[in-house]
Amino acid sequence: MFAEAIESILRDHCTPEHVRAIEGGASPQGLLAALEEAGFLDLLAPEDAGGAGAGWSDFHDVVVLCGAWSVPLPLAQTMAARRLVKGDLPAGLVTFAQHLVATDGGLQAPLVPGGRIAGHVLGAEGDRLVLLRAADARAVPTGVHGSLAATLHWPAGAARPVDSAWAAHQLQPLAALLHAGLLAGAMKRAFDLTMDYANQRVQFGKSIGKFQAIQHQLAVMAQQVVAGRMAAEAAFARQGDALALPACAVAKARTSEAAQQVATIAHAVHGAIGVTEEYDLQLSTRRLHEWRVAHGSEAHWHRVLGRLFVDSGDSLAADVARSLL
Amino acid sequence: MADLIENLRRAELPPAAEAFRGEVKDFLARELPDLPADVRSRSWLAFDAEFSRKLARRGWVGVTLPKTYGGGDLDASSRFVLVEELLAVGAPVGAHWIADRQSGPLILKYGTEVQKQDLLPRICRGEIFFGIGMSEPNSGSDLASVGTRATRTERGWRLDGRKIWTTNGHQCDYVIALVRTSGTAADRHVGLSQFIVDLRRPGVTVRPIVDLTGDAHFSEMFFDAVELPPEALVGEEGQGWHQVTAELAFERSGPERLYSSIVLLDRWVRWLRETGQAGQHLEAVGRFVAHLATLRQMSIAVTAKLAAGESPVVEAALVKDIGTEFEQAIPAVVEAALGADPAVAPDADLLRATAYVSHMAPTFSLRGGTREILRGMIARGLGLR
Repeated sequence: MFAEAIESILRDHCTPEHVRAIEGGASPQGLLAALEEAGFLDLLAPEDAGGAGAGWSDFHDVVVLCGAWSVPLPLAQTMAARRLVKGDLPAGLVTFAQHLVATDGGLQAPLVPGGRIAGHVLGAEGDRLVLLRAADARAVPTGVHGSLAATLHWPAGAARPVDSAWAAHQLQPLAALLHAGLLAGAMKRAFDLTMDYANQRVQFGKSIGKFQAIQHQLAVMAQQVVAGRMAAEAAFARQGDALALPACAVAKARTSEAAQQVATIAHAVHGAIGVTEEYDLQLSTRRLHEWRVAHGSEAHWHRVLGRLFVDSGDSLAADVARSLL
Repeated sequence: MADLIENLRRAELPPAAEAFRGEVKDFLARELPDLPADVRSRSWLAFDAEFSRKLARRGWVGVTLPKTYGGGDLDASSRFVLVEELLAVGAPVGAHWIADRQSGPLILKYGTEVQKQDLLPRICRGEIFFGIGMSEPNSGSDLASVGTRATRTERGWRLDGRKIWTTNGHQCDYVIALVRTSGTAADRHVGLSQFIVDLRRPGVTVRPIVDLTGDAHFSEMFFDAVELPPEALVGEEGQGWHQVTAELAFERSGPERLYSSIVLLDRWVRWLRETGQAGQHLEAVGRFVAHLATLRQMSIAVTAKLAAGESPVVEAALVKDIGTEFEQAIPAVVEAALGADPAVAPDADLLRATAYVSHMAPTFSLRGGTREILRGMIARGLGLR
């Protein structure tokens, strides 16, 4: 029910033109204000705290939409932060740091997703969760075309501890779970664009989707989209008052691995038009690559899961797999 | 077109099915023969009538058939749990596998009351075992081109032709054969029918085929003027193609399309644990469990559709194709890992299991419909053809 309402806002305020403009430095205020006025930033906050009290499965649908619409804001993180942090959060967008390192008395957060656009950054400093104001930081953009990620440097004393529902070490798997949902949505959008193109593009007198070589690529793409989405959906459904870390790990690993293959096939089927600025596919596939890496690629989470399996006494793979998701 | 993707959503095994899991685990803890990993890797190809009868005595053969015919009366979700637990440990379930998975449900759906009364209770007791009679020497992926023919006679039917690649046919009592009853191969899906063939009838010759592992699980069958009674026909004359398509949805949807290499994966991980080498292979091991966890969810989503009475033909094809890719990746990775350091000889049991699964892995994406056929079906499901 939340998903339809949010999608109608995105349809008006998060068109491909809006996404391009915000990536190019335009203010996101229009989109943000529309979401804020409708109360969606407080989607997950409890009802007695003025929120919508949405559950994990509603949240899943909303995060997938954010991925599908290439929302150029850390919207999923902001919603999650408002559930995670007890007490008042400052207004506006909050994103999550992948990592906080102490440097020269200050703090550095490398490659913060949405770091150029968020008002605040939530990060784990040792075993405490801290909030940092983006305006206090020196932001170094990544130099990647269209990316809103940035490495942020704060002077000493910028971090403010916050009281949170979960332990600090759970921020990373939570952020990974959110990115799994985003990837699932972006993969579905890339797939839909690719199917449309395969049905419309005519070569040798028929649409290219009639050629078996293209059909088999689309079949493989569909499998990867389904696999990624199934992992993300199941992982959100596993969450409750406590965070189920292994489910987050599976979801991020599986979607990240699928993202590479999905982006590759999407472009292969599209031909040269797919890599142009004017065609919308790039809005999804650039995100597939950025989100694959954000908060741990499959290389990271596979190692986490491998350790979990190996250290599980003499457990069998089937029993371990069943316990994960 | 995108309905295929929208329709395959997460489903959960009902609590009753999960509760049943404990019973199966207890049974296996007591009854599973103590066999080396390469033997257990044969699992649903391994013919062990005695083990099948032990399962039958628990009511676990013909699990989805109604109690009136001696069946377990369990739903598709409980069957998923039973099958998953049997395959996870490599239980030798080949003898009753085909009857439980597809022949029994086919007879229940299309058979006459006489056929059901005659065959289903014996299937459920583990007294008779079934094979599949689909492929022929000249009909593989192009199944509609089958040339084996049944001709009407005064007393029933006369069967002439050949079938091949029937798993354990030489140890089975019956096969359900797809044959032509009218027209020619040019009529394609029209004029095909299914027959229950008693392999002890005069004129039937069954010959095992030795494979590259030294096993003879395959077989070929020759039908030379075999007289069949009228009641050998199952379902409607001429409806064979429709019936066989529904049968293949059962054949393709189960956990056996995910678990063919699971005994090898577990045997490898045990060796990694014992020899302290796990650190070098965490990424590969973790990838396998991430894939398995996801594939299980996909397979459960298909099972939920079967349990709801749907016939998820395309969904089953999609999950089978990606499932067999996972099954084939395991021996590929383990084999490379075994040779990673020539100074360290692998455990002999692990080596044999790796060789067996590596040698058989190509068949994972052949049996039950080749990868290319399945991808064509998915493309059709996407509206591309």
